[in-house]
Amino acid sequence: MSMLSVLTSFAKRDFALAYRQRAELMQPLMFFVMVITLFPLAIGPSPEILQRVSGAVVWVAAILSLLLGMERMFRDDFMDGTLEQYTLSTTPLYAIVLVKVAVHWVVHIVPLLVLSPLLALFLNMSLPMYVALIATLLLGTPVISLIGAIGVALTVGLQRSGVLVALLLIPLFIPLLIFATSAIDSASLQLPYGFQLGIMAALALFTLAAAPAAIAYSLRVSQN
Amino acid sequence: MSVLSARNLSCEKQDRILFESVSLHLAPGELVLLRGENGAGKTSLLRILVGLSQAQSGEVFINGINVHDDIAHASQKLLYFGHKLGMSALLSPVENLRFWCKQHQLRVKDEQIIAVLELLGLEGLDMLPVKHLSAGQQRRVSLARLWLSEHSGHSNLWILDEPMTALDIQIIAQLENKITAFLKQGGSVLMTSHQPLKLEHPMREFTLEYRW
Repeated sequence: MSMLSVLTSFAKRDFALAYRQRAELMQPLMFFVMVITLFPLAIGPSPEILQRVSGAVVWVAAILSLLLGMERMFRDDFMDGTLEQYTLSTTPLYAIVLVKVAVHWVVHIVPLLVLSPLLALFLNMSLPMYVALIATLLLGTPVISLIGAIGVALTVGLQRSGVLVALLLIPLFIPLLIFATSAIDSASLQLPYGFQLGIMAALALFTLAAAPAAIAYSLRVSQN
Repeated sequence: MSVLSARNLSCEKQDRILFESVSLHLAPGELVLLRGENGAGKTSLLRILVGLSQAQSGEVFINGINVHDDIAHASQKLLYFGHKLGMSALLSPVENLRFWCKQHQLRVKDEQIIAVLELLGLEGLDMLPVKHLSAGQQRRVSLARLWLSEHSGHSNLWILDEPMTALDIQIIAQLENKITAFLKQGGSVLMTSHQPLKLEHPMREFTLEYRW
């Protein structure tokens, strides 16, 4: 049996579990939609102001809603002992956690991307801004999932670790937020934003290379 | 060669020394029953032996491989059954066991999984989410891994932490027979149990004293 086949079984299991907990999965998505729909009501209907803040609003809402769902990434596996079995598995733990993070990303981000045209309409985003938003979300959200997974893995054994995870992680997302909103701002002014996307792509690649080993190590430490 | 070899293990938790300089060796076909009061450190010792926890000092080898240096290779022929069930409450017994088999690269068909579940008195419950089963039934589903593992010749060492908890008399007898059969095939077993064992196999006891 190949490693790919084994890892596919991990992905299938996590998709099945996500499907059976779909009500809980909806919570971060609903939070994201609510923040974005409430914003225009709070700051008024001026299209210029909405357009000016739209990138920042979507990104802040995306980070907070992803943090909301992140705590569950390893918690259930830790509680029911599945994580112990993963640690004792012949499949490398870093490969297993990479699959879990990938499934988490698909389950949490794809619905958000599907909803984004509607939300762009709420915030009066122009087409170039919307394209920049999607590009930054595609490059930036894997970084959020991977770095978030390190924080979640470190605190998986603690009770009510949600606030601690947020305190640990939010400072780490600041560079991402700055480059993402800067790219969307540049797009609104018809300026090139390849530099910002390049930095975000570099961050994504670096995180993809380094985070799985860090997550696996953190999970081992948490189980000790 | 010892299947399991542990030398000079020490463990300290929350400023209390659970045990010091513990050495333990397990030969092929040998059964060791780990005894001790609640809190003596039996579970901690088992977790250190399988590599899930770090000892303050000492080293552990499973099939000649240092557990703390290379846990993936050391645990290739190990089956660890801990306090936690090691399966998701949202999935059915068949789904959980199918996934476990794939995780350990065991070629086992669904029919074989269902046959083992029926053997353990779980007929008709194989597609129900585990959360709807009683504690004893959930334990049986988890124990089915012993049958599936033995069936495919996957392991040569079983480390079982209180495997008989919540089981009724018939299942305990079945489990004892399964352990005996595994030992007769050359497998080694290290286990804890607060219940008296009726195994038709020589057994060595290893006792951990409770320390303040």
